[in-house]
Amino acid sequence: MKTTAQPLGGKLLTKPFIILSILAIIAAYLLAERLIFGLGAVTNLNNGYAWGLWVAIDVVIGTALGCGGFVIALLVYIFNRGEYHPLVRPALITSVFGYTLGGLAAMLDIGRYWQAYNLFLPWYAQPNSVMFEVALCVTAYTIVLWIEFTPVFLERFGIKGLRNKLEKVLFIFIALGVLLPLMHQSSLGTMMIVMGFKLSPLWHTALLPLLFLVSVIIMGYAVVTVEAILSSAGFRRPYDTTILNKLSGIMWFLLLGYLVIRFTDLIIRGQLGLALSGDLNGNLFIIENLLFVIPVIILAKRANRNHPRLLFIAAMSMLLAGALFRINTYLIGYDPGRGWSYFPSVSEIMITVGLFAFEIMLYLIFVKKLPILDRS
Amino acid sequence: MNGLRGIKKEFEDTRLTGTLGNLTRREFLTFCTGVAATLGLSSNAAFRIAEAATSGTRPSVIWLSGQECTGCSESLLRATHPTLDTLILETISLDYHETLNVAAGHQAEAMKEAAMSANKGKYILVIEGAIPTKDNGIYCKIADKTMLAHVKEAAEGAVAIIAVGSCASWGGVPSTPPNPTGAVGVAEVLPGKTVVNIPGCPPNPYNLLATLLHFLTFNKFPSLDDQGRPLFAYGRLIHENCERRPHFDAGRFALEFGDEGHRKGWCLYKLGCKGPETYANCPAVLFGDVGSASWPVGTGHPCIGCTEKGIAFQKPIHALAEHKTVTPPTLFPRIMEEKGTGITPGSAALAAGIVGAMVGAGAMMAAKIQPSSEENSPDTHET
Amino acid sequence: MNRRHFLKVASTSALTAIGADAAQAREPKTMPPKAVGMLYDSTLCIGCKACVAACKRANDRPPEIAEHHKTWNQGTWDTAQDLSGDTLNVILAYSHGNMSQKDSETDGYAFMKRHCLHCIDPSCVSVCPVSAMRKDPSTGIVTHHPEACIGCRYCVLACPFSVPQFDYNTPFPQIHKCQFCQHLQAKGEIPACCDVCPTGATLFGDARALIEEAKRRLAAKEGDTYEFPRGKLGSDRSTHIAKIPKYQNNFYGEREVGSTQVIYLSGVPFEKLGLPTQVTEHSYVSLSESIQHTLYKGMIAPAALLTGLMVMAYRNRDKSNETNSGEKK
Repeated sequence: MKTTAQPLGGKLLTKPFIILSILAIIAAYLLAERLIFGLGAVTNLNNGYAWGLWVAIDVVIGTALGCGGFVIALLVYIFNRGEYHPLVRPALITSVFGYTLGGLAAMLDIGRYWQAYNLFLPWYAQPNSVMFEVALCVTAYTIVLWIEFTPVFLERFGIKGLRNKLEKVLFIFIALGVLLPLMHQSSLGTMMIVMGFKLSPLWHTALLPLLFLVSVIIMGYAVVTVEAILSSAGFRRPYDTTILNKLSGIMWFLLLGYLVIRFTDLIIRGQLGLALSGDLNGNLFIIENLLFVIPVIILAKRANRNHPRLLFIAAMSMLLAGALFRINTYLIGYDPGRGWSYFPSVSEIMITVGLFAFEIMLYLIFVKKLPILDRS
Repeated sequence: MNGLRGIKKEFEDTRLTGTLGNLTRREFLTFCTGVAATLGLSSNAAFRIAEAATSGTRPSVIWLSGQECTGCSESLLRATHPTLDTLILETISLDYHETLNVAAGHQAEAMKEAAMSANKGKYILVIEGAIPTKDNGIYCKIADKTMLAHVKEAAEGAVAIIAVGSCASWGGVPSTPPNPTGAVGVAEVLPGKTVVNIPGCPPNPYNLLATLLHFLTFNKFPSLDDQGRPLFAYGRLIHENCERRPHFDAGRFALEFGDEGHRKGWCLYKLGCKGPETYANCPAVLFGDVGSASWPVGTGHPCIGCTEKGIAFQKPIHALAEHKTVTPPTLFPRIMEEKGTGITPGSAALAAGIVGAMVGAGAMMAAKIQPSSEENSPDTHET
Repeated sequence: MNRRHFLKVASTSALTAIGADAAQAREPKTMPPKAVGMLYDSTLCIGCKACVAACKRANDRPPEIAEHHKTWNQGTWDTAQDLSGDTLNVILAYSHGNMSQKDSETDGYAFMKRHCLHCIDPSCVSVCPVSAMRKDPSTGIVTHHPEACIGCRYCVLACPFSVPQFDYNTPFPQIHKCQFCQHLQAKGEIPACCDVCPTGATLFGDARALIEEAKRRLAAKEGDTYEFPRGKLGSDRSTHIAKIPKYQNNFYGEREVGSTQVIYLSGVPFEKLGLPTQVTEHSYVSLSESIQHTLYKGMIAPAALLTGLMVMAYRNRDKSNETNSGEKK
């Protein structure tokens, strides 16, 4: 396995890359504005909706998309499914960027970023705070991700000795790399429990941590699937359908499990009726869960699991479902009352777009320059 | 219009003589305009008032005094536009007023009797002071007759009845608990009759003058509130027009006499000012014609609510006013004030564009994907 | 194979599931021994805003002009529309119909004073990752400490009463909230808003005594004369003598979200004053903390899981490579 991954090579400054860099430059300009004039200058954030697009998409969804690495590591190293190994590095790289940029977005979103290190000062520690746990976990996990990723660099630059030493202790980081996402991805759900009546009963449940965890695993699998299919299509490599087929089976069960938990909980709490209220919350709840149901239907047929296009559609649906679940929990279902309204401003959206553009740029650079994709 | 122009011309030609005649035509018209303005009438009405004031027949006025301090008459004496003499010698025929009578004793009473029978059904009855009712009203007797009897008798032939001052309006000082004489206001002893109340301790003389002249001009009283008070004078809370009101709105209060806030002219609410529950035009009309701030609150004393039954002489001066308001609190922020920036065309278009682009890109990618892979082709049976 | 995988993954996530089931809120917190509080009696409030002006003076906050007042209000009149970074205390008005009757739900109006309620179990304290929000163990005052704050605004979101306010229009923002004028209390004074309130609508005092006072008012007969204390409950200030108005049946703050040290009396229903009434009796904090602490009790579960994961990762280290290379064509 050590030798099968190779840099793709090729030209770096392609047309898509230039478009992406323009988007990233616009975002950088707007971020400078944010740093000079404050959050109000570029965002529509207010004291009702203190968290907006950046937290919901850049941080919560961004890190969820970064869970491909965690899910694959769980499979390969913990459940010993070695056949998925070719997917480890592509997944890992999305995780590295997802988490690094999620952390960067969080740094830009917090108002007093110059004091962010207070999170790590023991005398300020506040173990009751879910965010305290999330912050520590995400930071630790980002570091772990980069350590997990180090062999790639060491390979590229031929530093054999260090690579072997790292290989010996890598299992510790792999274990941490599985544990930490388990912790903080569920905690991202716990974070919204304290909102109480401000969060619509469609999303406010004590099971939020479980739902976030299961859905993030689904999203992780989906990311890996999309990535595998797209890189096969994009770089004209054969489809790894054997591997994807097996993954899909797991996804199907997880999706079913998720939906059972989700709806049992709603029925027990007697809040399912809200879904049919016809308002924005109800409608988005229906869309969110339809997106969860679509892959269940597609993947129910075993034959479909070998069908790359249907697999792709199913995986995209899962990604959208997970993302919408997070947007709904963090933004749509959250109503601070008191007459507040919020919709992200143009600059705010452009910064998010720019961050994702930057992430894709980094991905392109890395796969072209570093041994990440399996060339077999 | 012709008639008015005629009067106007007459005034232009004539220099008025007599007591009123000490005024020039211009000064007299100014006075009438002032009265009209007090009443909230147009300047045309000023000419009609002038006409009424100078017409040959002066209506007879009988002024009775009960339990009182003569403060109301005293305040009337200090009116300057017009002076009392103008009023009583030119405008009305004051046929009986215990303080101002030239005659005395039986002669005075006889004059009253004569005026009342001569002008039966036409004279205006003005009553100053409360009327004791306990023990058949024996606690106030004039010419061996109770005030109660005087009032009832005089009211019979009166065309209009005006109660001047708080005592006559609703009992005033004499009615303060425990009210040993059973003092009440005029309206209470004359059930069924319309009594115009001009409360105040003392009332602003111009409120009385304006009401009188309105009656003389239009043969009816200005519109009244549910307590018989002319609305032009008692339609608004003192609090509404108070010059210290901005301090109230800004939360700046004098806390005790002579403190910083008091010296700076801040709101006197906390010292017990009854402005917020007292209807009167004091801050607008002022007292004594000596210029700005010449009214109790203007001089630094909280309003005692003298025009309000149940407040003046009953509620302690330091006790806080019950905050009435006739204008809804529109300038207060509402419980749920709309805040924050919602969706704008720009942000909506951008968000929709991005979602659209993502879905489009997804669809394009899905389309680009080969329907099956090389190794596992036999999945076409379901498409 | 699929099922086996599913079971394995499920067993890991079961950890969270247990936590969720065990979410029977932890022991409710109780009022601190020397808790101070405030009683706001909406029926006594005349809307003079003396408390708003005094609060600004005491806390050195500038006046704030509402956006739609800017055309005519040149800055002489503080017209904040709600709490903000510059306004820690604000008077709002409920109105209905022709607005003629004070404290009447229909065709009436009523005032509402908004600031920190100093919860017994405050969300802001629980959610703050850096202990920038603290509740004094003795007086129960919830204070903010900017030197610790990272500006994450979790407190802004989590507060059931939307009290903490963040400055959005400065590069160096800060969270602002009512801290019960603790700087004045340190000098033996009382919070500025209570100090200036002309009618005693805002009354400072011992939180328990204030609850007794609220109960006394509720028990008194409507229309009876009552001596309403002013400033501080039990002080020698002159009282405000007025009639007992028509109150709602209870006071706000006794049973809402784990109870608060600031309590409310009103003539109109509390939800009309913008106070959340569809809330649980226990605090939302107790629920989230229960879940969190069940999962992370002494970090035992994560540590055990980590050990297990390490063992498996170590064991599978070479095997996975073998399997992998075996599968490679």
